[in-house]
Amino acid sequence: MSLRTEAAAPPRRESPKQPKPEQHTSPMSRRRSLTGWTFLLPASLLIVAMNFWPMLQAFILSLQTGRGARLGFAEPLWYNYERLMSDQLFWMTLRTTMTYLIVQVPIMLILALILANILNNPNLRFKGLWRTAIFLPCAVSLVSYALVFRTMFSNDGIVNDWLVALNLADGPINWLGQTDTAQFVLVLGLLWRWTGFNMIFYLAALQTIDRSSIEAARVDGASALQTFWYVTLPQLRPMILLTAIMSTNGTIQLFDESYNLTQGGPAYTTMTVSHYLYSVSFEGSPNFGYAAAVSYVILFIIAVLAAAQLKIGDKRD
Amino acid sequence: MTRRTLRALPARVFLALFALFSVFPLYFMLVSATNTSQAVLGSRLIPGGELLNNFFKLASAQPLGQAMWNSTVIAVGTTVLSLLICSIAGYGFEVYHSKRKDALMGILLLAIMIPFAATMIPLFQVFADAGLTSTALAVILPTLSTPFLILLFRQSSRAFPREMIEAARIDGVSELGIFFRMYIPTMKATYAAAAVVAFMNAWNNFLWPKVILINSDSMTMPMLISNLTAGYVTDYGVLMLAVTLTSLPTMIIFLMLQRSFREGIVGVGK
Repeated sequence: MSLRTEAAAPPRRESPKQPKPEQHTSPMSRRRSLTGWTFLLPASLLIVAMNFWPMLQAFILSLQTGRGARLGFAEPLWYNYERLMSDQLFWMTLRTTMTYLIVQVPIMLILALILANILNNPNLRFKGLWRTAIFLPCAVSLVSYALVFRTMFSNDGIVNDWLVALNLADGPINWLGQTDTAQFVLVLGLLWRWTGFNMIFYLAALQTIDRSSIEAARVDGASALQTFWYVTLPQLRPMILLTAIMSTNGTIQLFDESYNLTQGGPAYTTMTVSHYLYSVSFEGSPNFGYAAAVSYVILFIIAVLAAAQLKIGDKRD
Repeated sequence: MTRRTLRALPARVFLALFALFSVFPLYFMLVSATNTSQAVLGSRLIPGGELLNNFFKLASAQPLGQAMWNSTVIAVGTTVLSLLICSIAGYGFEVYHSKRKDALMGILLLAIMIPFAATMIPLFQVFADAGLTSTALAVILPTLSTPFLILLFRQSSRAFPREMIEAARIDGVSELGIFFRMYIPTMKATYAAAAVVAFMNAWNNFLWPKVILINSDSMTMPMLISNLTAGYVTDYGVLMLAVTLTSLPTMIIFLMLQRSFREGIVGVGK
C-alpha cells in the first residue's frame, strides 16, 4: 500500500498466462503494447515538462546571479548557497516552518486517528452527519479559511469578545500581533482545515480491516486501548505513512496561510520558508537566482524527510 | 447497558466537540456574510438583512463577475482535461503493463516529492517568455498531470474486469473505444473522487495563479478575496460574503459527490 512498494513491482494476476517469447513476437501484442505507451504519453510528458525539467532549470538558476534578464553564472558558482548560510531571515523562516511541522503534524494525525476510530464504531448513530461535519472544512479554500480565522481572531473579533465575556481574559488579546499567539492561531487553523482530510483516509483504511481480528482481541480480554494499539494500529501503518508524507510535504510548502492569515508578521516571525521564497522571487527587486537556491533547500528537506519516513515506516515490518 | 453507554460517553463528547469546532467557523462565515462590518465585530451570530447590501458593495468595488468566470474556466478546464489525461494514463499503466511501464510509473511518482516552490520560478520564466502570462492556459498546464491522480486511476483499474476487455476485443472494438465506451462508464466512483480532488485543487489554487496572472482582468476568486484585506479599513461583512462566494462551489461539489469520493479514494490505498 505504500507508495514505494507499489511502484516497485506489483504482483500481477494475469502475467503468467502469456509465455514471454510470444509476447515479443506476436505483432498483435506488440501493437497493443504500443497503444499502451500512447495512452501514457500525454501524462508522462506533462510531468516531465512541468515538474522534472523546471526542477533541473531551477538548479542551474540557483548557480546564477543578476537581476531580471541579466542573469549570469555566479563567481564562485555556489555563491547563492554561501549567501543562504548567513541569511538570518531565511533561517528564521525555516525554523518557523519546522516548528509548525513538529507541532502540528503529530497532533493532527493523532486527532484524525482517534476521530476515525470513534466514527468506525458500528454502534455510533448519525455517522454520516458527524463525518460530513468534520470533513467539511476541507471544501473551503486555504485563502478563505485564513481570512475567516483572521476575522475571528482580530482584536475586536469574536474570540476576544467571548474570552472577555467569560472572564477568561482581562482585555482583548492581540492574537495576530504577538509571535506565540499568532503561531498558535496558524497551527489551530491548520488543524481545523486538515484533520478531517486525514480522517477520511484512515476511515477508508479502517473499513478494509477485518473486524473479526478486533473482536477476537476483545474476546481474549484486551482493553479497547490495547486492541487499538496492538491490532488496529499495525494494520493502518501504510496509510499512516502515506498521510505523514503528504502532511509533511504540505506543511513545508505552507504559503497561503502565512500570506493571508498572519501576513508573516509580527516582524516575519510567523513567515514560512515558502512565503519567504515568494517574497524573494516576486516582491521588491526580484532575485531569481537566489530564490532558486532557497527552493532547492526546500526540495532537499522534503526529500530527506520523505526518505526518513519511508525508512521508519518499512523498518517495523 | 447503562455502563456501556457511560463508557462510550467521553468518545462521543469528544466527537461532538470536534464537530462543533469544525462547523463553527463555517457558520460564522455564512452568518457574517449577511451582517454589517460592525455587527460582525460585535459577534452577532444570527443572520441579518445586509446580504444584498454587502453584495452590491462587493460587486461595485471588485471585478466579481470576471473573477468568478476566470475561476470557473480554470477549474472546469483543469478538471476535465486532468481527468482525461490521468485516467487514460492510469488505465494504460495497469492494462498494458510491462516492466518498462512500471519503471516509468516509479519515476513519475518521484514527482510527488518535488515541491511547487522548486519549479515555480523556471515555470514563470518559460510562460513569460512564451507570452502566456495572464492566460488560463498558463494556470492550467502545470497542474494537469499529477502522480496522485495517475496512481488513483492505476490502482482502481485493478477492479476493472479483464473479461470485458477480452470480450470487446473479440467483438472488434478498438483499444481506444474500450477505454471510452466501457472503462469510463464503469469507473464512475473513481472519476467522481478524482473530480473532487482536481476541481478543489484548481479552484483553491492561490500561489501559482498569483504569480502568473498579472492583469487584474485575469484575477481568480482566491486572489480577489486576498486583496480585500489590503486596504486600511476592512469591511468584514463584505469580506465574509466574498469568502462565502469563493467557498460555495467547492462545498456544493463536495456535498454532491461525497459518497463517491469516499468510495473512490479507497482505491489509492489498494
